[in-house]
Amino acid sequence: MAVLAAAAGSDAAVRTVGLAKTYRSAHGDVLAVRGLDLEVARGEFFGLLGPNGAGKSTTIGMLTTLVKPTGGSARLVGHDVVTEPVAVKRRIGVVSQNNTLDRQLTVRENLEFRGRFFGLSGRAAVRRAQELLDLFDLGGRAKAMVYELSGGQARRVMIGRALMHRPDLLFLDEPTAAIDPQTRINLWDTLRGLHEQGQTIVLTTHYMEEAETLCERVAVVDDGRLLACGTVAGLKDEVGPGTLVSVTFDGPADPVAAAVRGRAGVDRVEVRGATIRLFVRSAQNVVGDLVLAGVAVGLTVRDSATVPPSLENVFLALTGRDYRE
Amino acid sequence: MTTLKQATPVHTFLAMLARDVRVLRREMFTFLSRTLMQPLFFVFVFAYVMPRIGGGDGFGRVAGVSFATVLVPGMLSTTMFISGLMAVTVPLMMELSYNNEIEDRLLAPAPVWLLGLAKISSGAVQALIGALVVFPVVYFVHESAQPPQIDLTDWPLLTVVLVVSSVLSAGLGLLMGTMLDIRKSNVLFSLVTVPLTMLGCVYYPWAALQSTQWLQIAVLVNPLVYSSEGLRTALTPAMPHMPTWSFLLVLLGGTTGVVWLALQSFARKVRR
Ligand SMILES: Nc1ncnc2c1ncn2[C@@H]1O[C@H](COP(=O)(O)OP(=O)(O)OP(=O)(O)O)[C@@H](O)[C@H]1O
Ligand SMILES: [Mg+2]
Repeated sequence: MAVLAAAAGSDAAVRTVGLAKTYRSAHGDVLAVRGLDLEVARGEFFGLLGPNGAGKSTTIGMLTTLVKPTGGSARLVGHDVVTEPVAVKRRIGVVSQNNTLDRQLTVRENLEFRGRFFGLSGRAAVRRAQELLDLFDLGGRAKAMVYELSGGQARRVMIGRALMHRPDLLFLDEPTAAIDPQTRINLWDTLRGLHEQGQTIVLTTHYMEEAETLCERVAVVDDGRLLACGTVAGLKDEVGPGTLVSVTFDGPADPVAAAVRGRAGVDRVEVRGATIRLFVRSAQNVVGDLVLAGVAVGLTVRDSATVPPSLENVFLALTGRDYRE
Repeated sequence: MTTLKQATPVHTFLAMLARDVRVLRREMFTFLSRTLMQPLFFVFVFAYVMPRIGGGDGFGRVAGVSFATVLVPGMLSTTMFISGLMAVTVPLMMELSYNNEIEDRLLAPAPVWLLGLAKISSGAVQALIGALVVFPVVYFVHESAQPPQIDLTDWPLLTVVLVVSSVLSAGLGLLMGTMLDIRKSNVLFSLVTVPLTMLGCVYYPWAALQSTQWLQIAVLVNPLVYSSEGLRTALTPAMPHMPTWSFLLVLLGGTTGVVWLALQSFARKVRR
Protein backbone atom coordinates (compact mmCIF):
# COMPACT_ATOMS: atom_id res chain seq x y z
CA MET A 1 0.00 0.00 0.00
CA ALA A 2 2.79 2.38 0.94
CA VAL A 3 4.45 1.72 -2.40
CA LEU A 4 1.23 2.38 -4.22
CA ALA A 5 0.66 5.62 -2.37
CA ALA A 6 4.20 6.78 -3.14
CA ALA A 7 3.76 5.93 -6.80
CA ALA A 8 0.50 7.81 -6.96
CA GLY A 9 2.17 10.72 -5.19
CA SER A 10 5.00 10.98 -7.70
CA ASP A 11 2.38 10.85 -10.40
CA ALA A 12 0.68 14.08 -9.45
CA ALA A 13 -0.11 15.99 -12.63
CA VAL A 14 1.99 18.92 -11.44
CA ARG A 15 4.27 19.29 -8.47
CA THR A 16 6.53 22.26 -7.92
CA VAL A 17 8.88 22.95 -5.06
CA GLY A 18 10.23 26.46 -4.58
CA LEU A 19 9.84 27.12 -8.29
CA ALA A 20 11.36 30.50 -9.12
CA LYS A 21 12.24 32.66 -12.08
CA THR A 22 14.29 35.81 -12.22
CA TYR A 23 14.56 37.44 -15.63
CA ARG A 24 17.97 39.00 -15.94
CA SER A 25 18.52 41.96 -18.17
CA ALA A 26 20.82 44.94 -18.54
CA HIS A 27 18.26 47.28 -16.99
CA GLY A 28 17.75 45.23 -13.85
CA ASP A 29 16.47 41.85 -12.74
CA VAL A 30 12.77 41.03 -12.55
CA LEU A 31 11.76 38.55 -9.88
CA ALA A 32 8.78 37.21 -11.79
CA VAL A 33 8.18 34.09 -9.67
CA ARG A 34 9.56 33.84 -6.14
CA GLY A 35 9.28 30.26 -4.95
CA LEU A 36 6.02 28.52 -5.74
CA ASP A 37 4.92 25.25 -4.14
CA LEU A 38 2.01 23.85 -6.10
CA GLU A 39 0.40 20.50 -6.52
CA VAL A 40 -2.23 19.59 -9.06
CA ALA A 41 -3.87 16.17 -8.96
CA ARG A 42 -4.70 14.14 -12.05
CA GLY A 43 -8.14 14.90 -13.37
CA GLU A 44 -8.28 18.21 -11.56
CA PHE A 45 -9.40 21.55 -12.96
CA PHE A 46 -6.90 23.93 -11.41
CA GLY A 47 -6.82 27.71 -11.61
CA LEU A 48 -3.94 30.13 -11.28
CA LEU A 49 -5.47 33.45 -10.45
CA GLY A 50 -3.69 36.77 -10.27
CA PRO A 51 -3.55 40.29 -11.68
CA ASN A 52 -1.37 41.46 -14.59
CA GLY A 53 2.29 40.79 -14.01
CA ALA A 54 1.62 38.33 -11.17
CA GLY A 55 3.81 35.72 -12.83
CA LYS A 56 1.12 33.44 -14.24
CA SER A 57 2.51 33.16 -17.76
CA THR A 58 6.02 32.75 -16.41
CA THR A 59 4.82 29.88 -14.24
CA ILE A 60 3.03 28.22 -17.15
CA GLY A 61 6.17 28.81 -19.25
CA MET A 62 8.31 26.96 -16.73
CA LEU A 63 5.84 24.09 -16.42
CA THR A 64 5.74 23.71 -20.20
CA THR A 65 9.56 23.83 -20.68
CA LEU A 66 9.47 27.16 -22.53
CA VAL A 67 10.98 29.19 -19.70
CA LYS A 68 14.07 28.07 -17.84
CA PRO A 69 13.54 28.14 -14.06
CA THR A 70 16.20 29.88 -12.01
CA GLY A 71 15.30 28.11 -8.78
CA GLY A 72 13.38 25.18 -7.36
CA SER A 73 11.99 22.31 -9.37
CA ALA A 74 8.89 21.21 -11.20
CA ARG A 75 7.69 17.76 -12.18
CA LEU A 76 4.86 16.96 -14.53
CA VAL A 77 3.36 13.49 -14.30
CA GLY A 78 6.62 12.46 -12.69
CA HIS A 79 8.95 14.07 -15.26
CA ASP A 80 11.30 16.90 -14.45
CA VAL A 81 10.77 19.93 -16.69
CA VAL A 82 14.47 20.77 -16.86
CA THR A 83 16.08 17.36 -17.24
CA GLU A 84 13.30 15.58 -19.18
CA PRO A 85 11.75 18.26 -21.37
CA VAL A 86 10.86 15.92 -24.23
CA ALA A 87 8.96 13.53 -21.95
CA VAL A 88 7.12 16.50 -20.49
CA LYS A 89 6.28 17.95 -23.91
CA ARG A 90 4.79 14.64 -25.05
CA ARG A 91 2.27 14.79 -22.22
CA ILE A 92 1.12 18.37 -22.37
CA GLY A 93 -1.07 20.50 -24.59
CA VAL A 94 -0.52 24.24 -24.31
CA VAL A 95 -2.68 27.18 -25.29
CA SER A 96 -0.53 30.25 -24.82
CA GLN A 97 -1.73 33.75 -24.13
CA ASN A 98 -0.79 34.93 -27.64
CA ASN A 99 -2.06 33.57 -30.88
CA THR A 100 0.80 31.27 -31.80
CA LEU A 101 -0.97 29.52 -34.68
CA ASP A 102 1.17 28.81 -37.72
CA ARG A 103 0.35 31.69 -40.05
CA GLN A 104 1.62 29.88 -43.10
CA LEU A 105 -0.92 27.09 -42.73
CA THR A 106 -4.68 26.70 -42.86
CA VAL A 107 -6.72 25.84 -39.79
CA ARG A 108 -6.91 22.18 -40.75
CA GLU A 109 -3.19 22.03 -41.49
CA ASN A 110 -2.42 23.60 -38.14
CA LEU A 111 -4.18 20.71 -36.47
CA GLU A 112 -2.84 17.99 -38.74
CA PHE A 113 0.78 19.03 -38.54
CA ARG A 114 0.56 19.34 -34.78
CA GLY A 115 -0.61 15.74 -34.73
CA ARG A 116 2.23 14.67 -36.96
CA PHE A 117 4.80 16.48 -34.80
CA PHE A 118 3.55 14.17 -32.07
CA GLY A 119 3.95 11.01 -34.10
CA LEU A 120 0.45 10.55 -35.47
CA SER A 121 0.41 8.94 -38.90
CA GLY A 122 -0.89 11.11 -41.71
CA ARG A 123 -4.22 9.32 -41.71
CA ALA A 124 -4.64 9.38 -37.93
CA ALA A 125 -3.87 13.10 -37.93
CA VAL A 126 -6.52 13.75 -40.57
CA ARG A 127 -9.10 11.82 -38.56
CA ARG A 128 -8.25 13.46 -35.25
CA ALA A 129 -8.23 16.92 -36.84
CA GLN A 130 -11.72 16.35 -38.21
CA GLU A 131 -12.94 15.23 -34.76
CA LEU A 132 -11.65 18.41 -33.19
CA LEU A 133 -12.91 20.66 -35.99
CA ASP A 134 -16.35 19.20 -35.32
CA LEU A 135 -16.01 19.46 -31.55
CA PHE A 136 -15.07 23.13 -31.77
CA ASP A 137 -17.57 23.89 -34.49
CA LEU A 138 -14.83 24.96 -36.87
CA GLY A 139 -15.78 22.81 -39.84
CA GLY A 140 -16.70 25.87 -41.87
CA ARG A 141 -13.32 27.52 -41.28
CA ALA A 142 -11.14 24.46 -41.91
CA LYS A 143 -9.67 25.90 -45.09
CA ALA A 144 -9.20 29.42 -43.75
CA MET A 145 -5.75 30.84 -43.22
CA VAL A 146 -4.96 31.96 -39.69
CA TYR A 147 -5.20 35.68 -40.44
CA GLU A 148 -8.79 35.22 -41.59
CA LEU A 149 -9.97 34.05 -38.16
CA SER A 150 -11.71 36.10 -35.52
CA GLY A 151 -10.16 36.17 -32.05
CA GLY A 152 -12.65 33.66 -30.70
CA GLN A 153 -12.19 31.30 -33.62
CA ALA A 154 -8.41 31.49 -33.30
CA ARG A 155 -8.70 30.64 -29.62
CA ARG A 156 -10.81 27.59 -30.41
CA VAL A 157 -8.33 26.45 -33.03
CA MET A 158 -5.54 26.81 -30.49
CA ILE A 159 -7.38 24.69 -27.97
CA GLY A 160 -8.18 22.12 -30.64
CA ARG A 161 -4.55 22.07 -31.72
CA ALA A 162 -3.40 21.56 -28.13
CA LEU A 163 -5.66 18.51 -27.87
CA MET A 164 -4.48 16.83 -31.09
CA HIS A 165 -2.21 14.35 -29.32
CA ARG A 166 -4.58 13.72 -26.39
CA PRO A 167 -2.31 15.25 -23.75
CA ASP A 168 -2.47 14.16 -20.13
CA LEU A 169 -2.46 17.80 -19.14
CA LEU A 170 -3.96 20.83 -20.81
CA PHE A 171 -2.54 24.27 -20.01
CA LEU A 172 -4.54 27.34 -20.88
CA ASP A 173 -3.03 30.78 -20.36
CA GLU A 174 -5.86 33.31 -20.15
CA PRO A 175 -7.97 31.53 -22.75
CA THR A 176 -10.83 34.01 -22.57
CA ALA A 177 -8.93 37.29 -22.47
CA ALA A 178 -10.23 39.69 -25.13
CA ILE A 179 -13.16 37.47 -25.97
CA ASP A 180 -16.79 38.54 -25.98
CA PRO A 181 -19.07 37.35 -23.16
CA GLN A 182 -21.09 34.91 -25.26
CA THR A 183 -18.01 33.26 -26.76
CA ARG A 184 -16.52 33.11 -23.28
CA ILE A 185 -19.51 31.21 -21.95
CA ASN A 186 -19.35 28.80 -24.88
CA LEU A 187 -15.66 28.24 -24.20
CA TRP A 188 -16.42 27.57 -20.56
CA ASP A 189 -18.92 24.91 -21.60
CA THR A 190 -16.33 23.29 -23.84
CA LEU A 191 -13.72 23.28 -21.09
CA ARG A 192 -16.18 21.86 -18.59
CA GLY A 193 -17.03 19.13 -21.08
CA LEU A 194 -13.36 18.23 -21.47
CA HIS A 195 -12.90 18.13 -17.74
CA GLU A 196 -15.91 15.87 -17.30
CA GLN A 197 -14.23 13.42 -19.65
CA GLY A 198 -11.25 13.29 -17.31
CA GLN A 199 -8.98 15.94 -18.82
CA THR A 200 -6.62 17.53 -16.30
CA ILE A 201 -6.67 21.28 -16.89
CA VAL A 202 -4.50 24.08 -15.54
CA LEU A 203 -5.88 27.48 -16.42
CA THR A 204 -4.67 30.97 -15.64
CA THR A 205 -7.00 33.87 -15.50
CA HIS A 206 -7.44 37.27 -14.03
CA TYR A 207 -11.21 36.96 -14.16
CA MET A 208 -12.43 36.03 -10.70
CA GLU A 209 -15.65 34.83 -12.18
CA GLU A 210 -13.88 32.43 -14.48
CA ALA A 211 -11.87 30.83 -11.71
CA GLU A 212 -14.96 30.58 -9.58
CA THR A 213 -17.08 29.04 -12.30
CA LEU A 214 -14.60 26.51 -13.63
CA CYS A 215 -11.91 25.58 -11.18
CA GLU A 216 -12.06 23.00 -8.45
CA ARG A 217 -9.04 24.49 -6.78
CA VAL A 218 -7.47 27.88 -7.15
CA ALA A 219 -4.04 29.28 -6.37
CA VAL A 220 -4.06 33.03 -5.86
CA VAL A 221 -0.75 34.57 -6.91
CA ASP A 222 0.48 38.11 -6.81
CA ASP A 223 3.92 39.53 -7.39
CA GLY A 224 5.36 36.07 -7.96
CA ARG A 225 4.16 34.69 -4.64
CA LEU A 226 1.47 32.22 -3.68
CA LEU A 227 -1.03 34.02 -1.47
CA ALA A 228 -3.47 31.21 -0.91
CA CYS A 229 -4.43 27.89 -2.41
CA GLY A 230 -7.46 25.70 -2.05
CA THR A 231 -11.01 25.11 -3.18
CA VAL A 232 -12.98 28.25 -3.82
CA ALA A 233 -15.25 27.48 -0.89
CA GLY A 234 -12.28 26.65 1.31
CA LEU A 235 -10.55 29.90 0.42
CA LYS A 236 -13.59 31.91 1.33
CA ASP A 237 -13.72 30.17 4.70
CA GLU A 238 -10.02 30.28 5.34
CA VAL A 239 -9.53 33.89 4.48
CA GLY A 240 -12.64 34.72 6.41
CA PRO A 241 -14.35 37.62 4.82
CA GLY A 242 -17.84 36.89 3.76
CA THR A 243 -19.76 39.78 2.38
CA LEU A 244 -18.04 43.00 1.44
CA VAL A 245 -19.93 46.16 2.33
CA SER A 246 -18.66 49.41 0.96
CA VAL A 247 -20.11 52.87 1.57
CA THR A 248 -18.86 56.16 0.19
CA PHE A 249 -19.68 59.44 1.97
CA ASP A 250 -19.31 63.03 0.93
CA GLY A 251 -16.34 63.50 3.26
CA PRO A 252 -13.59 61.53 5.02
CA ALA A 253 -15.06 58.33 6.45
CA ASP A 254 -12.75 57.95 9.46
CA PRO A 255 -15.27 59.07 12.10
CA VAL A 256 -17.68 56.38 10.92
CA ALA A 257 -15.10 53.62 11.36
CA ALA A 258 -15.03 54.06 15.12
CA ALA A 259 -18.76 53.38 15.30
CA VAL A 260 -18.59 49.99 13.59
CA ARG A 261 -15.16 48.73 14.58
CA GLY A 262 -15.36 45.81 16.98
CA ARG A 263 -18.99 45.16 16.22
CA ALA A 264 -20.01 41.50 16.30
CA GLY A 265 -19.87 39.93 12.82
CA VAL A 266 -17.47 42.53 11.40
CA ASP A 267 -14.11 40.99 10.52
CA ARG A 268 -12.28 43.91 9.11
CA VAL A 269 -12.71 47.62 8.62
CA GLU A 270 -10.80 49.63 6.04
CA VAL A 271 -11.00 53.30 5.31
CA ARG A 272 -9.75 54.95 2.16
CA GLY A 273 -10.64 58.60 2.03
CA ALA A 274 -14.38 58.92 1.78
CA THR A 275 -14.93 55.17 1.39
CA ILE A 276 -15.28 52.67 4.19
CA ARG A 277 -15.14 48.94 3.53
CA LEU A 278 -16.28 46.24 5.90
CA PHE A 279 -15.85 42.51 5.63
CA VAL A 280 -18.81 41.05 7.46
CA ARG A 281 -20.24 37.60 8.04
CA SER A 282 -23.75 38.82 7.71
CA ALA A 283 -24.65 42.02 5.93
CA GLN A 284 -27.90 42.51 7.80
CA ASN A 285 -28.38 46.05 9.10
CA VAL A 286 -24.75 46.98 8.53
CA VAL A 287 -25.52 49.46 5.78
CA GLY A 288 -28.24 51.03 7.87
CA ASP A 289 -25.90 51.38 10.83
CA LEU A 290 -23.25 52.96 8.62
CA VAL A 291 -25.75 55.47 7.26
CA LEU A 292 -26.84 56.39 10.79
CA ALA A 293 -23.26 56.65 12.00
CA GLY A 294 -22.59 58.96 9.09
CA VAL A 295 -25.58 61.15 9.83
CA ALA A 296 -24.41 61.39 13.45
CA VAL A 297 -21.19 63.08 12.31
CA GLY A 298 -22.79 65.08 9.51
CA LEU A 299 -21.91 62.86 6.52
CA THR A 300 -24.22 61.98 3.67
CA VAL A 301 -24.04 58.73 1.74
CA ARG A 302 -23.03 59.08 -1.88
CA ASP A 303 -22.78 55.46 -2.92
CA SER A 304 -22.99 52.02 -1.40
CA ALA A 305 -22.42 48.45 -2.51
CA THR A 306 -22.80 45.01 -1.02
CA VAL A 307 -20.82 42.21 -2.67
CA PRO A 308 -21.69 38.69 -1.61
CA PRO A 309 -18.90 36.23 -0.69
CA SER A 310 -16.67 35.76 -3.72
CA LEU A 311 -13.11 35.23 -4.78
CA GLU A 312 -12.97 38.93 -5.40
CA ASN A 313 -13.37 39.59 -1.70
CA VAL A 314 -10.81 36.92 -0.96
CA PHE A 315 -8.35 38.65 -3.21
CA LEU A 316 -9.09 41.98 -1.64
CA ALA A 317 -8.63 40.55 1.82
CA LEU A 318 -5.34 38.90 0.83
CA THR A 319 -3.73 41.80 -0.93
CA GLY A 320 -5.54 44.80 0.43
CA ARG A 321 -5.85 45.91 -3.17
CA ASP A 322 -8.85 46.31 -5.36
CA TYR A 323 -9.15 43.56 -7.90
CA ARG A 324 -9.95 44.98 -11.26
CA GLU A 325 -9.46 43.21 -14.55
CA MET B 1 -6.91 9.56 -22.11
CA THR B 2 -4.10 7.82 -23.88
CA THR B 3 -0.90 9.62 -24.65
CA LEU B 4 1.16 9.04 -27.75
CA LYS B 5 4.37 7.86 -26.21
CA GLN B 6 5.69 6.36 -29.40
CA ALA B 7 6.53 9.68 -31.06
CA THR B 8 10.29 9.79 -31.46
CA PRO B 9 12.23 12.98 -32.15
CA VAL B 10 12.87 11.59 -35.64
CA HIS B 11 9.12 11.61 -36.33
CA THR B 12 8.97 15.18 -35.18
CA PHE B 13 11.95 16.15 -37.31
CA LEU B 14 10.44 14.62 -40.45
CA ALA B 15 7.04 16.14 -39.73
CA MET B 16 8.66 19.56 -39.49
CA LEU B 17 10.27 19.08 -42.89
CA ALA B 18 6.91 17.95 -44.25
CA ARG B 19 5.37 21.14 -42.91
CA ASP B 20 8.02 23.24 -44.68
CA VAL B 21 7.49 21.34 -47.91
CA ARG B 22 3.75 22.03 -47.68
CA VAL B 23 4.40 25.75 -47.27
CA LEU B 24 6.99 25.78 -50.03
CA ARG B 25 4.59 24.03 -52.42
CA ARG B 26 1.96 26.63 -51.74
CA GLU B 27 4.44 29.44 -52.32
CA MET B 28 6.15 27.84 -55.30
CA PHE B 29 5.56 30.80 -57.56
CA THR B 30 6.99 33.29 -55.06
CA PHE B 31 9.91 31.00 -54.36
CA LEU B 32 10.73 30.51 -58.04
CA SER B 33 10.44 34.14 -59.01
CA ARG B 34 12.50 35.22 -56.01
CA THR B 35 15.15 32.62 -56.85
CA LEU B 36 15.22 32.97 -60.60
CA MET B 37 14.81 36.68 -61.27
CA GLN B 38 18.22 37.92 -60.26
CA PRO B 39 20.33 35.21 -61.96
CA LEU B 40 18.15 35.25 -65.06
CA PHE B 41 18.54 38.97 -65.66
CA PHE B 42 22.14 38.90 -64.66
CA VAL B 43 23.15 36.28 -67.21
CA PHE B 44 20.87 37.85 -69.79
CA VAL B 45 22.65 41.18 -69.50
CA PHE B 46 26.19 39.99 -68.90
CA ALA B 47 26.35 36.78 -70.93
CA TYR B 48 24.09 37.87 -73.78
CA VAL B 49 23.58 41.62 -74.12
CA MET B 50 27.02 42.86 -73.10
CA PRO B 51 29.02 40.49 -75.30
CA ARG B 52 26.90 41.66 -78.23
CA ILE B 53 27.54 45.29 -77.42
CA GLY B 54 31.22 44.55 -76.99
CA GLY B 55 31.35 42.97 -80.45
CA GLY B 56 31.38 39.35 -79.46
CA ASP B 57 34.86 39.03 -78.07
CA GLY B 58 35.65 42.08 -76.06
CA PHE B 59 33.60 42.12 -72.93
CA GLY B 60 34.02 39.96 -69.93
CA ARG B 61 36.68 37.56 -71.00
CA VAL B 62 38.41 36.39 -67.87
CA ALA B 63 41.59 34.36 -68.14
CA GLY B 64 40.73 33.63 -71.74
CA VAL B 65 37.32 32.04 -71.21
CA SER B 66 33.87 33.45 -71.80
CA PHE B 67 32.20 35.39 -69.01
CA ALA B 68 29.35 32.88 -69.18
CA THR B 69 31.80 30.21 -68.03
CA VAL B 70 32.77 32.34 -65.06
CA LEU B 71 29.15 33.03 -64.25
CA VAL B 72 27.75 29.50 -64.13
CA PRO B 73 29.45 28.40 -60.89
CA GLY B 74 29.20 31.94 -59.50
CA MET B 75 25.47 32.23 -60.10
CA LEU B 76 24.90 28.78 -58.65
CA SER B 77 26.79 29.53 -55.45
CA THR B 78 25.12 32.92 -54.90
CA THR B 79 21.67 31.54 -55.55
CA MET B 80 22.28 28.77 -53.06
CA PHE B 81 23.62 31.10 -50.43
CA ILE B 82 20.86 33.62 -50.72
CA SER B 83 18.13 30.96 -50.89
CA GLY B 84 19.46 29.02 -47.91
CA LEU B 85 19.99 32.14 -45.86
CA MET B 86 16.59 33.65 -46.59
CA ALA B 87 14.74 30.36 -46.22
CA VAL B 88 15.84 30.16 -42.61
CA THR B 89 16.27 33.76 -41.52
CA VAL B 90 13.03 35.31 -42.76
CA PRO B 91 10.55 32.84 -41.22
CA LEU B 92 12.60 32.59 -38.05
CA MET B 93 12.59 36.33 -37.51
CA MET B 94 8.82 36.33 -38.00
CA GLU B 95 8.34 33.47 -35.57
CA LEU B 96 10.52 35.14 -32.98
CA SER B 97 8.79 38.47 -33.16
CA TYR B 98 5.20 38.01 -34.17
CA ASN B 99 3.38 36.84 -31.05
CA ASN B 100 6.27 34.53 -30.32
CA GLU B 101 4.89 32.02 -32.79
CA ILE B 102 8.06 29.96 -32.31
CA GLU B 103 6.48 28.58 -29.11
CA ASP B 104 4.35 26.37 -31.28
CA ARG B 105 7.41 24.63 -32.77
CA LEU B 106 9.14 24.51 -29.39
CA LEU B 107 6.32 22.48 -27.88
CA ALA B 108 6.90 19.65 -30.32
CA PRO B 109 8.35 16.61 -28.55
CA ALA B 110 11.98 16.93 -29.57
CA PRO B 111 15.05 18.59 -28.07
CA VAL B 112 15.37 22.25 -29.00
CA TRP B 113 18.60 21.68 -30.96
CA LEU B 114 16.77 19.21 -33.18
CA LEU B 115 14.17 21.85 -33.99
CA GLY B 116 17.05 24.11 -35.03
CA LEU B 117 18.48 21.32 -37.12
CA ALA B 118 15.11 20.87 -38.83
CA LYS B 119 15.23 24.53 -39.83
CA ILE B 120 18.75 24.13 -41.20
CA SER B 121 17.79 21.02 -43.14
CA SER B 122 14.79 22.65 -44.67
CA GLY B 123 16.84 25.72 -45.62
CA ALA B 124 19.49 23.48 -47.16
CA VAL B 125 16.87 21.68 -49.25
CA GLN B 126 15.60 25.03 -50.51
CA ALA B 127 19.15 26.09 -51.35
CA LEU B 128 19.61 22.91 -53.39
CA ILE B 129 16.30 23.41 -55.18
CA GLY B 130 17.44 26.94 -55.91
CA ALA B 131 20.65 25.65 -57.48
CA LEU B 132 18.75 23.06 -59.54
CA VAL B 133 16.32 25.55 -61.05
CA VAL B 134 18.98 28.16 -61.72
CA PHE B 135 21.36 25.80 -63.46
CA PRO B 136 19.44 25.53 -66.75
CA VAL B 137 18.96 29.27 -66.82
CA VAL B 138 22.62 30.15 -66.45
CA TYR B 139 23.61 27.29 -68.71
CA PHE B 140 21.34 28.14 -71.65
CA VAL B 141 21.18 31.92 -71.58
CA HIS B 142 24.25 33.29 -73.33
CA GLU B 143 25.51 34.86 -76.55
CA SER B 144 25.62 32.01 -79.09
CA ALA B 145 29.31 32.42 -79.83
CA GLN B 146 30.26 32.42 -76.14
CA PRO B 147 28.73 29.39 -74.45
CA PRO B 148 29.85 28.41 -70.97
CA GLN B 149 32.26 25.49 -71.03
CA ILE B 150 30.86 23.14 -68.43
CA ASP B 151 32.30 19.77 -67.53
CA LEU B 152 30.20 17.42 -65.40
CA THR B 153 32.70 14.56 -65.15
CA ASP B 154 33.63 15.35 -61.57
CA TRP B 155 30.08 14.98 -60.32
CA PRO B 156 31.10 13.49 -56.94
CA LEU B 157 32.99 16.67 -56.09
CA LEU B 158 30.10 18.73 -57.46
CA THR B 159 27.65 16.88 -55.20
CA VAL B 160 29.82 17.34 -52.12
CA VAL B 161 30.27 21.06 -52.73
CA LEU B 162 26.56 21.58 -53.43
CA VAL B 163 25.42 19.71 -50.34
CA VAL B 164 27.95 21.22 -47.96
CA SER B 165 27.38 24.75 -49.29
CA SER B 166 23.64 24.42 -48.91
CA VAL B 167 24.01 23.36 -45.28
CA LEU B 168 26.49 26.16 -44.69
CA SER B 169 24.15 28.80 -46.06
CA ALA B 170 21.19 27.54 -44.01
CA GLY B 171 23.38 27.35 -40.91
CA LEU B 172 24.44 30.96 -41.45
CA GLY B 173 20.77 31.79 -41.87
CA LEU B 174 19.91 30.29 -38.50
CA LEU B 175 22.84 32.05 -36.85
CA MET B 176 21.81 35.42 -38.26
CA GLY B 177 18.12 34.87 -37.57
CA THR B 178 18.84 34.28 -33.90
CA MET B 179 21.31 37.13 -33.57
CA LEU B 180 19.51 39.94 -35.36
CA ASP B 181 16.05 41.20 -34.69
CA ILE B 182 13.44 41.87 -37.28
CA ARG B 183 13.52 45.64 -37.01
CA LYS B 184 17.03 45.49 -38.41
CA SER B 185 16.25 42.99 -41.14
CA ASN B 186 16.58 45.52 -43.96
CA VAL B 187 20.06 46.32 -42.77
CA LEU B 188 20.78 42.62 -42.76
CA PHE B 189 19.98 42.20 -46.38
CA SER B 190 22.04 45.07 -47.68
CA LEU B 191 24.81 44.76 -45.12
CA VAL B 192 25.28 41.05 -45.54
CA THR B 193 24.09 39.94 -48.95
CA VAL B 194 25.64 42.69 -51.06
CA PRO B 195 29.25 42.34 -49.87
CA LEU B 196 28.78 38.58 -49.63
CA THR B 197 27.98 38.31 -53.33
CA MET B 198 30.10 41.15 -54.68
CA LEU B 199 33.18 39.85 -52.90
CA GLY B 200 32.30 36.18 -53.15
CA CYS B 201 34.32 35.30 -56.27
CA VAL B 202 31.02 35.09 -58.09
CA TYR B 203 31.87 37.30 -61.07
CA TYR B 204 35.58 36.45 -61.21
CA PRO B 205 37.71 33.52 -60.14
CA TRP B 206 39.71 33.93 -56.98
CA ALA B 207 42.97 33.56 -58.90
CA ALA B 208 42.12 36.65 -60.94
CA LEU B 209 42.41 38.76 -57.78
CA GLN B 210 46.17 38.20 -57.88
CA SER B 211 46.48 41.67 -59.29
CA THR B 212 44.99 43.09 -56.07
CA GLN B 213 46.65 40.98 -53.47
CA TRP B 214 45.22 42.64 -50.33
CA LEU B 215 41.75 41.97 -51.67
CA GLN B 216 42.63 38.41 -52.58
CA ILE B 217 43.49 37.83 -48.93
CA ALA B 218 40.63 39.89 -47.52
CA VAL B 219 37.93 37.95 -49.37
CA LEU B 220 39.06 34.75 -47.69
CA VAL B 221 36.79 35.60 -44.73
CA ASN B 222 33.80 35.34 -47.07
CA PRO B 223 32.35 31.82 -46.96
CA LEU B 224 30.80 32.24 -50.40
CA VAL B 225 34.32 32.33 -51.90
CA TYR B 226 34.89 28.68 -51.05
CA SER B 227 31.57 27.62 -52.42
CA SER B 228 32.12 29.51 -55.69
CA GLU B 229 35.63 28.16 -56.04
CA GLY B 230 34.43 24.67 -55.20
CA LEU B 231 31.81 24.77 -57.91
CA ARG B 232 34.32 26.32 -60.29
CA THR B 233 36.71 23.43 -59.65
CA ALA B 234 33.94 20.89 -60.18
CA LEU B 235 32.21 22.49 -63.18
CA THR B 236 34.88 24.45 -65.03
CA PRO B 237 38.17 22.75 -64.17
CA ALA B 238 39.86 24.55 -67.06
CA MET B 239 39.51 27.83 -65.17
CA PRO B 240 42.10 28.74 -62.57
CA HIS B 241 40.77 27.79 -59.14
CA MET B 242 41.77 27.21 -55.54
CA PRO B 243 43.33 23.88 -54.67
CA THR B 244 40.64 21.30 -53.93
CA TRP B 245 41.91 20.45 -50.43
CA SER B 246 41.73 24.09 -49.34
CA PHE B 247 38.11 24.80 -50.15
CA LEU B 248 36.97 21.38 -48.98
CA LEU B 249 38.73 21.92 -45.67
CA VAL B 250 37.15 25.34 -45.16
CA LEU B 251 33.70 24.25 -46.34
CA LEU B 252 33.58 21.16 -44.12
CA GLY B 253 35.21 22.78 -41.09
CA GLY B 254 33.27 26.01 -41.48
CA THR B 255 29.96 24.24 -41.91
CA THR B 256 30.49 22.12 -38.81
CA GLY B 257 31.44 25.19 -36.80
CA VAL B 258 28.61 27.35 -38.10
CA VAL B 259 25.96 24.67 -37.54
CA TRP B 260 27.20 24.07 -34.02
CA LEU B 261 27.23 27.78 -33.21
CA ALA B 262 23.84 28.32 -34.80
CA LEU B 263 22.23 25.53 -32.78
CA GLN B 264 23.70 26.95 -29.57
CA SER B 265 22.54 30.42 -30.43
CA PHE B 266 19.07 29.14 -31.34
CA ALA B 267 18.69 27.24 -28.06
CA ARG B 268 19.82 30.28 -26.08
CA LYS B 269 17.53 32.62 -27.95
CA VAL B 270 14.31 30.63 -27.71
CA ARG B 271 14.43 29.51 -24.09
CA ARG B 272 13.66 32.50 -21.94
N1 LIG C 1 10.86 37.77 -21.20
C1 LIG C 1 10.82 38.58 -20.13
N2 LIG C 1 11.88 39.33 -19.80
C2 LIG C 1 11.86 40.14 -18.71
N3 LIG C 1 10.84 40.26 -17.87
C3 LIG C 1 9.73 39.53 -18.14
C4 LIG C 1 9.67 38.66 -19.28
N4 LIG C 1 8.45 38.07 -19.28
C5 LIG C 1 7.79 38.55 -18.20
N5 LIG C 1 8.55 39.42 -17.51
C6 LIG C 1 8.18 40.12 -16.26
O1 LIG C 1 7.85 39.14 -15.30
C7 LIG C 1 6.72 39.53 -14.55
C8 LIG C 1 5.64 38.47 -14.64
O2 LIG C 1 5.17 38.41 -15.96
P1 LIG C 1 4.11 37.34 -16.45
O3 LIG C 1 3.99 37.50 -17.92
O4 LIG C 1 4.50 36.01 -15.95
O5 LIG C 1 2.79 37.84 -15.71
P2 LIG C 1 1.29 37.39 -15.92
O6 LIG C 1 0.77 37.04 -14.58
O7 LIG C 1 1.18 36.37 -16.98
O8 LIG C 1 0.61 38.76 -16.40
P3 LIG C 1 -0.56 39.02 -17.47
O9 LIG C 1 -1.85 38.82 -16.74
O10 LIG C 1 -0.36 40.44 -17.84
O11 LIG C 1 -0.38 38.09 -18.61
C9 LIG C 1 6.30 40.88 -15.09
O12 LIG C 1 6.83 41.87 -14.24
C10 LIG C 1 6.94 40.96 -16.44
O13 LIG C 1 7.28 42.28 -16.76
MG1 LIG D 1 0.27 36.28 -18.79
